[in-house]
Amino acid sequence: MLGLNKQDTSLFLIVVAMTVLAPFFLNPFPSESSLALFNAGYPDLMQRFVIFGIFAIGFNILFGLTGYLSFGHAAFLGVGSYAAVWIFKLFTYNVIPAIVFSVIVAGAFALFIGYISLRRSGIYFSILTLAFAQMSFALAYSVLSNPNFNLTNGETGLQVYGDDLQIFHRENLPDFPHLFGLSMRANYELEIGSWLFNFSAGYYICAIIMIAAFYLAVRIFRSPFGTMLRAVKSNQTRMYYTGLNARPYTLAAFVVSGMYAGLAGGLMAAVDPLAGAERMQWTASGEVVLMTILGGTGTLIGPILGAGFIKYFENIFSKINDTILHGWFAFLPEGLENLMVAIVHPFIGKGWHLTLGILFMLVIIFLPGGLVEGGQRILNLLRRRNGQKSDADKSAQSTPAE
Amino acid sequence: MSKQNLTRRGLLKTSAVAGAGLAVPTIFTAQSAAAYMNEPTGSTVTLGFNVPQTGPYADEGADELLAQQLAVEHINGEGDGGCLNTFTSKALQGNGILGKKVDFVTGDTQTKSDIARASAKSMIEKDGVIMVNGGSSSGVAVAVQSLCQEAGIIFMAGLTHSNDTTGKDRKANGFRHFFNAYMSGAALAPVLQNVYGNERRAYHLTADYNWGWTQEESIVAYTEAIGWETVNTVKTPLASTDFSSYIAPVLNSGADVLVLNHYGGNMVNSLTNAIQFGLLDKEVNGQNFAIVVPLYSELMATGAGENIKGVYGSMNYNWQLDNEGSKTFVQSFGEKFGKPPSNSAQTCYAQVLLYADACERAGTFNPCGVVEALEGFEFDGLGNGPTLYRAEDHQCFKDVLVVRGAENPTSAYDTLEIVDITPRAQVEYVPNHPMFGGDEASLGTCNPGV
Repeated sequence: MLGLNKQDTSLFLIVVAMTVLAPFFLNPFPSESSLALFNAGYPDLMQRFVIFGIFAIGFNILFGLTGYLSFGHAAFLGVGSYAAVWIFKLFTYNVIPAIVFSVIVAGAFALFIGYISLRRSGIYFSILTLAFAQMSFALAYSVLSNPNFNLTNGETGLQVYGDDLQIFHRENLPDFPHLFGLSMRANYELEIGSWLFNFSAGYYICAIIMIAAFYLAVRIFRSPFGTMLRAVKSNQTRMYYTGLNARPYTLAAFVVSGMYAGLAGGLMAAVDPLAGAERMQWTASGEVVLMTILGGTGTLIGPILGAGFIKYFENIFSKINDTILHGWFAFLPEGLENLMVAIVHPFIGKGWHLTLGILFMLVIIFLPGGLVEGGQRILNLLRRRNGQKSDADKSAQSTPAE
Repeated sequence: MSKQNLTRRGLLKTSAVAGAGLAVPTIFTAQSAAAYMNEPTGSTVTLGFNVPQTGPYADEGADELLAQQLAVEHINGEGDGGCLNTFTSKALQGNGILGKKVDFVTGDTQTKSDIARASAKSMIEKDGVIMVNGGSSSGVAVAVQSLCQEAGIIFMAGLTHSNDTTGKDRKANGFRHFFNAYMSGAALAPVLQNVYGNERRAYHLTADYNWGWTQEESIVAYTEAIGWETVNTVKTPLASTDFSSYIAPVLNSGADVLVLNHYGGNMVNSLTNAIQFGLLDKEVNGQNFAIVVPLYSELMATGAGENIKGVYGSMNYNWQLDNEGSKTFVQSFGEKFGKPPSNSAQTCYAQVLLYADACERAGTFNPCGVVEALEGFEFDGLGNGPTLYRAEDHQCFKDVLVVRGAENPTSAYDTLEIVDITPRAQVEYVPNHPMFGGDEASLGTCNPGV
């Protein structure tokens, strides 16, 4: 289907099903139960899942295929956000021009940075991109936000004010980013028994774009261009000896993945029209590296899983506080209860980084291929137990989708 | 390998699927039976406490969280009732708000606008909070305030000192109890004039972001009004940890006062560097060199240790204040947590109580009712003395403290001593003051969110 082979088609359909049905399976607990805390099916987080999914898919095109580890991808995300908010400020709240513009600007920016950084490879390339990203952050945070020339509005973040130009804004349109009048914030709540499901317009718009982005990534992975990029990863020197110039390929991959990041940035601005400088900081760049590695570098679906995993921890675990813990352990005697709370305390709330770090280490040590490898091992285990599949089939399945 | 089998039929099929996909979201439109955003229907009402739990202001955040918990206890009628006993408005009965028990959720702003907004959004969308309180940075406050305005809930700002929060970025759904940079200037100038005279030359080091600029602007305006000359204003990157390269030029500039428009760790480092360079022992233009830190906090004072001795600055509140409300609050806070509250803690405590009281007086949680109840509200008994919530810009007006690093502190907590309490009349300004956005700044209209 759609020019994909059988295996990719099923993977694509899985991703489509996952994104369409996300409001249901992310809210598995009734809204009044004590486990409702772990529900992730509210608009903001669902939007984050798919937006960071796009970001990680794009990053994987560069890192997974060419092996070039960029530590500055957040810069493109931030540039995309600023571009989108400027469209909101000057022209219209409609998200289409904003997203298109953010992709173009991020692409141009990636071309510039990539052209310079790709003169080096390995650690030097990483450091160069990191330096550029930190420069962009500093520019956005203070230099470009002085009262005389305010492009980014500094630490407060660029936002839309009531007295902004907005040439094409009309009276009957929502005062919020919208798709031809459909507000990104529009949300339909479906109550089934004690379950509450959110269907957010902003989420579905982002989800459709993510599915398109995923499809494009699959096509790139399977194209001759993708093969060329993998050749760069396996042995670039040999490529040069055979007379091939790898630079145009790596630069193209860099720009494409920069555009993906710009798309993600534009969408972030579309669901929440404020662009803060922090999203360009090196920690944000590091985050997307973690997402990709955690999910499975070079696999198609890995980055999406990794993005979801990290965002879930960031938003759910960081909100568990001591009061909730005391509620959980209330059945224990007083002393024991306090002890349990004291033991668990460092891992929740502000300590969510610690939990994530431990999980990350476990994944890297025991599942070097990331969550995708974990899934495959479980599948293989089930198959072996059933004893139905032939050996040949098994080995075909266990190859990562590289 | 790629398969380029683009057929007419295939294209039609694809576009039909894509079209159907695009049409899906139009089925959903915002619809709600509630009268306003997150209307509490059960027996509880949820407040959101969004404070920095990690990052440079984590200590302040932790203190704010304690104060907020204490406020919730008092509103629910647990503990000793704290400032409910001294508060001039007697609407709160100690049985929650409007008979509903108060619950709260917490979030981590990390002192980053983006993260703070994400955290506030999840509180609003997932936990159904009706009010967000807290924070320790103006950038975050402005960002979260505009989010709350869009979403249709109330924002009670925590520690935010930039003029913009209730200046050009003021919002109908947002309220600030904390004082601002303009008030710091207005309060400090007369004291500085008394201590250092009119013939001074000031050199500013300013944290290079929004808050730094508004504070520099305010202090420059006020010190020049008392006859001081501004030699130079230098912006320092926020991420700096070593300020030596910025301090050295001060020595040769002919300035005899150094104004540090820095906060938190920045201020601790720049002050320490300045002391190491021996600035305070210098004599320039026949006068002793002086250092001024316009915005002080207890945590900064503790961080800077010995170095702050004799250095002047201003504060919103100090636990040593001698009035009924302050004494009650300090006792209540001290008994529970074993230390006196910081000024950010006091602001957050007061804000939660003020919000609860406004709901009670309005008889509803509807943001528009709460806004009406808070606008122009005069009160006392929360620690700052008589206070007004001005209707035009949602800024609190109250006395401002001028403090000085104590020469002989007797404990870890009295590192600052109150020099002067500047009366409210002296720090007041017109709502359309040019430093506060001028005539263009407007609150807009209150947004109930539906």
